[in-house]
Amino acid sequence: MVRLITHNLLACHAKGCTTNNFPLVFKDVQLEIRESEMNPEFLRNFYPKLEWDALVKTAEQLGDTSLPKTQPPIESVDEEFLKALHHVLLEIHVEEGAMTCPNCEHRYGIVSGIPNMLLAEHEVA
Amino acid sequence: MLPTPDLSHLSKEDLMNVYEPAEDTFILLDALENDASSLQDMKPLICLEIGSGSGCVSAFLSSILGPRSALYLCTDINQHAAACTVRTGAQNNVDLSSVVADLGTPFIDRLRSSVDILLFNPPYVPTDMGEAEFAQSSRDIQSSWAGGTDGMSVTNNLLFSVPTLLSKTGRFYLVAVEPNNVQRILHWMLEQYQLVGQVALKRRAGRELLYVLRFERQSL
Repeated sequence: MVRLITHNLLACHAKGCTTNNFPLVFKDVQLEIRESEMNPEFLRNFYPKLEWDALVKTAEQLGDTSLPKTQPPIESVDEEFLKALHHVLLEIHVEEGAMTCPNCEHRYGIVSGIPNMLLAEHEVA
Repeated sequence: MLPTPDLSHLSKEDLMNVYEPAEDTFILLDALENDASSLQDMKPLICLEIGSGSGCVSAFLSSILGPRSALYLCTDINQHAAACTVRTGAQNNVDLSSVVADLGTPFIDRLRSSVDILLFNPPYVPTDMGEAEFAQSSRDIQSSWAGGTDGMSVTNNLLFSVPTLLSKTGRFYLVAVEPNNVQRILHWMLEQYQLVGQVALKRRAGRELLYVLRFERQSL
């Protein structure tokens, strides 16, 4: 399943593609929302790992504008905010579509919720 | 004793395309179970399993750590395996984030010094190099065991990225067999990457002498 938490960790790794290769841009997506139990401690610990701009931009592309453009400091984060973050990171599932690289435009397909990040032999770095 | 993950959803057809958990899987589960309390104390945030196959090992790890306490990333070069991994997660009440990929390649940029638990039960069976290369490029069930000369051709490709991926307190668990030359692997990891390894578990299963090696950063 491609959730935004995973998407936030994936970069294009095609040969020679080393700058502007993140975040990948979703195309032609089919989404599914699946509720899941929230673990506030996990979210707080994961918070510093996030590339915030990439997350907000991607969520907006998928139609979710609940997150602020600037990442609030962890101390100021409340339960309500964590709920929104939980939803964006872990409950939005991209089931079908593709992710393309903003730099080299390589297209990584998504089928049944699984992204295919393999490269052809001539594309491998 | 923790139960082995429920794999009853895997069909005969699935197991024609995906490696069925066997002794080498179970020794890894046992090594993780032996380390359960120290793994829980680490409070791992990001777990990454390379070559997740059926998804059995990551599902088991999630039963030790808690299904919503960490992110479980799984890669496999075989798309059938990636699909089985997701289904095994669902069957065992954990979201396994499964990606079709060669080793950890698409995650390396973003997971520098971030992986708390890295798992790899590699294709370790010694075969000729041609067979191993063909198996990897065919991306099917053969790629789960054909390991080239000394069974290390795929493992070697992962080893050099281990020091990049592991977090400060991260651990790397690797399954190996006698012909892989365990002493040489331990020595190499220490000399090249300052990763201290030890034999976490060792067991004979039929013809194979199986090992689970556990590596950590030297500074600990």
